[in-house]
Amino acid sequence: MSNKVIRPYGDTENDGKIQLSFSLPTPHGPLGDEAAKALAIKMGVFDPQVVSSSALSDEFSFYIVYGTTTHLVDLDSLTVETLEHESMSKDEIETFIEMHFSEPLVFVGASTGTDAHTVGIDAIMNMKGYAGHYGLERYKGIKAYNLGGSVDNEVLLEKALELNADVILISQTVTQKDVHVQNLTKFIELLEAEQLRDKFIVIIGGARINQGLAKELGYDAGFGPRKYAFDVASFAVQSLYKKERKIKR
Amino acid sequence: MSSLNLDKKMITSCRLIARNIAQDVQDMIDKHTTTSVERATLRMLGVDGVDPFDVPYVNVVINHITKTCQLSLGVSYYMAHAIKDTKMSPQEIAEEISKGHLDLSKYTKLGPTNLSVLNPYFESILQKIDESTHKRDHWLSETKEKTTPLKYVIVATGNIYEDIKQAVSAAELGADVIAVIRSTGQSLLDFVPYGATTEGFGGTFATQENFRLMRKALDDVSKKLGRYVRLVNYASGLCMPEIATMGAIERLDMMLNDSLYGIIFRDINMKRTFIDQYFSRLLSAYAKITINTGEDNYLTTSDAFEHAHTVLASQFINEQFAKLAMMEEKYMGLGHAFEIDPTIENSFLYELSQALMAREIFPDAPLKYMPPTKHMTGDIFMGTIQNALFNIATVTSKQSIHLLGMMTEAIHTPFVSDRALALNNANYIEKAFKDFGNEITFKKDGIIQKRADETLKNAFELLQTIQKEGMFETLKMGRFAGISRTETGGKGLDGVIEKDQYYVNPVLDALVRRLEVKR
Repeated sequence: MSNKVIRPYGDTENDGKIQLSFSLPTPHGPLGDEAAKALAIKMGVFDPQVVSSSALSDEFSFYIVYGTTTHLVDLDSLTVETLEHESMSKDEIETFIEMHFSEPLVFVGASTGTDAHTVGIDAIMNMKGYAGHYGLERYKGIKAYNLGGSVDNEVLLEKALELNADVILISQTVTQKDVHVQNLTKFIELLEAEQLRDKFIVIIGGARINQGLAKELGYDAGFGPRKYAFDVASFAVQSLYKKERKIKR
Repeated sequence: MSSLNLDKKMITSCRLIARNIAQDVQDMIDKHTTTSVERATLRMLGVDGVDPFDVPYVNVVINHITKTCQLSLGVSYYMAHAIKDTKMSPQEIAEEISKGHLDLSKYTKLGPTNLSVLNPYFESILQKIDESTHKRDHWLSETKEKTTPLKYVIVATGNIYEDIKQAVSAAELGADVIAVIRSTGQSLLDFVPYGATTEGFGGTFATQENFRLMRKALDDVSKKLGRYVRLVNYASGLCMPEIATMGAIERLDMMLNDSLYGIIFRDINMKRTFIDQYFSRLLSAYAKITINTGEDNYLTTSDAFEHAHTVLASQFINEQFAKLAMMEEKYMGLGHAFEIDPTIENSFLYELSQALMAREIFPDAPLKYMPPTKHMTGDIFMGTIQNALFNIATVTSKQSIHLLGMMTEAIHTPFVSDRALALNNANYIEKAFKDFGNEITFKKDGIIQKRADETLKNAFELLQTIQKEGMFETLKMGRFAGISRTETGGKGLDGVIEKDQYYVNPVLDALVRRLEVKR
């Protein structure tokens, strides 16, 4: 039986060992080391050891700290926002589409707003995919249109309508100062203003995206790191099936 | 001496084909100008500043000409007439136009005029550029030349004053080159923002004042350290020629400047980009600014193993475009990258092979080598090792500009500590592997030699195809990075203008003339 109340594990059960690293806006020296320790104690780290410290410039210094956290986590007290769908492989998704849908499903994706990074949307959509998982372009039964980077929200919607999209995918890589949240909020507002929110399954993805954020912003799903085309497609095809969109009668 | 046993005849053929490809495009370039080339020309005539609505005066003037006159005659045509007529300077003329007190359209029908009234204005700017160049030359001549790659790091806080703190810290820890990343979206702005800026996303706006502030800070730290710290920005996007102008004046040392990047990755119209890169490169060649090309980006989109030859083909083309802009090889920082999937067996051998291949094919170019980004996962511990392998390949193959990988790639723009750890990593390997490249030879027809041979052959075949199709068709076919672009698509096409038979641009002519003399 696994313990429900846990602490980090170094080499002994419940030893609570953790590591931290950070820089401080103060010169390197004994005072800096003390500041690093004091900070660790305030963070609930008991008996902190500054195992390494160095100067980054005359004004900044860097610390690596090991210590023992005094905190516990009760797993039963936690809830995780997860997607209620079955994860399927590419083959299973293709079979699912063939069995249930009367025509190809259309996915339109882009990296939107001022975000020019296409690495995320490419990983999900392009033929090649990412880390050995083929992208949506290679799926039988899916028509995938990757619009690339720096696509305006208005242009994305226009294209989605023009291509008769079933699913819209939005990737956000740049998240400095929460620029992605503002941009994603605008797209949902745009859909709602045009009374088109129910017309599409709308999915967001990116390094700092998760299901919780997606729900909060009004999206159907959000996928973070280590999610691939099959994750996105599994969710999308099952959602479309539930919505009875393009299904075989 | 070749350690890879590359086919020299094939390399020569690649250059000849690339020359034909570039010349074909150059014929189009020579017949056109763009709104941004004309704005850059105005900046070279000393026009600066913004109107009460923050619109740069250079935009005010070019918009006015576009609406009421014929930009196909060139802004210089109108300026020469206006100076003679009003006895005002180009700056005063721009301000008068902005206030609505002057309409240039009355000069359209007058016909060609003597342009020598413009000489004092652009000659004074050229003199400023000369002073910058001499200052850099002098500084570099006083410090010992580095035999290992220049360590290049980026700052990207969005706030020029924070950038300065981070840049100074990086320089003190061993960085030789500081690049200020631009705010996301700036490449698609059809004007250059003005003044010092503190708000940007994923980077800091490129403005002349920001250039000046950072240059000043790096000069101060250079003095302290006794070595010259170089500054980099981006002459790319819709304002490529203008930013090249600002960089030349404020003594930037390198500029990202690619003949294809904007077309492929920013969906900027291809004619616009080709015309703009020509003016930018002439100016950079004149100001002895090292350009950095962006071939590394192909590999973040396409697979780095399967598409290595597209990088090489593009380097050949970028080299020829730079030659047509009279740039010396020592200023052509051709780009490539360490982006092969780390799960592939022998991936390091392939990377090393490709890096050495670039070095041998472009012996005099200050090659810019980019770190792993696509396969960085957020596992900072693994990321540190990926960067270490990249650093070993960089030092061993004697790259010139070594863009340091950050362990927090894929997480955030670098913290001050991320940069410091990257510098420590690179400093260690720079020392530990210093002469390793001189000590090793490669097995005849082994994995490394074969990989280079195969990549060169594939590049040769691709260049042949491009020559047959022409550059525009090639871009339409999506042969680079798998992205298709059309001649009439993309942003900025409305700013491309066919030159009138009476088109004049004495600034461009002066640059060409002076570069010819230098030769």
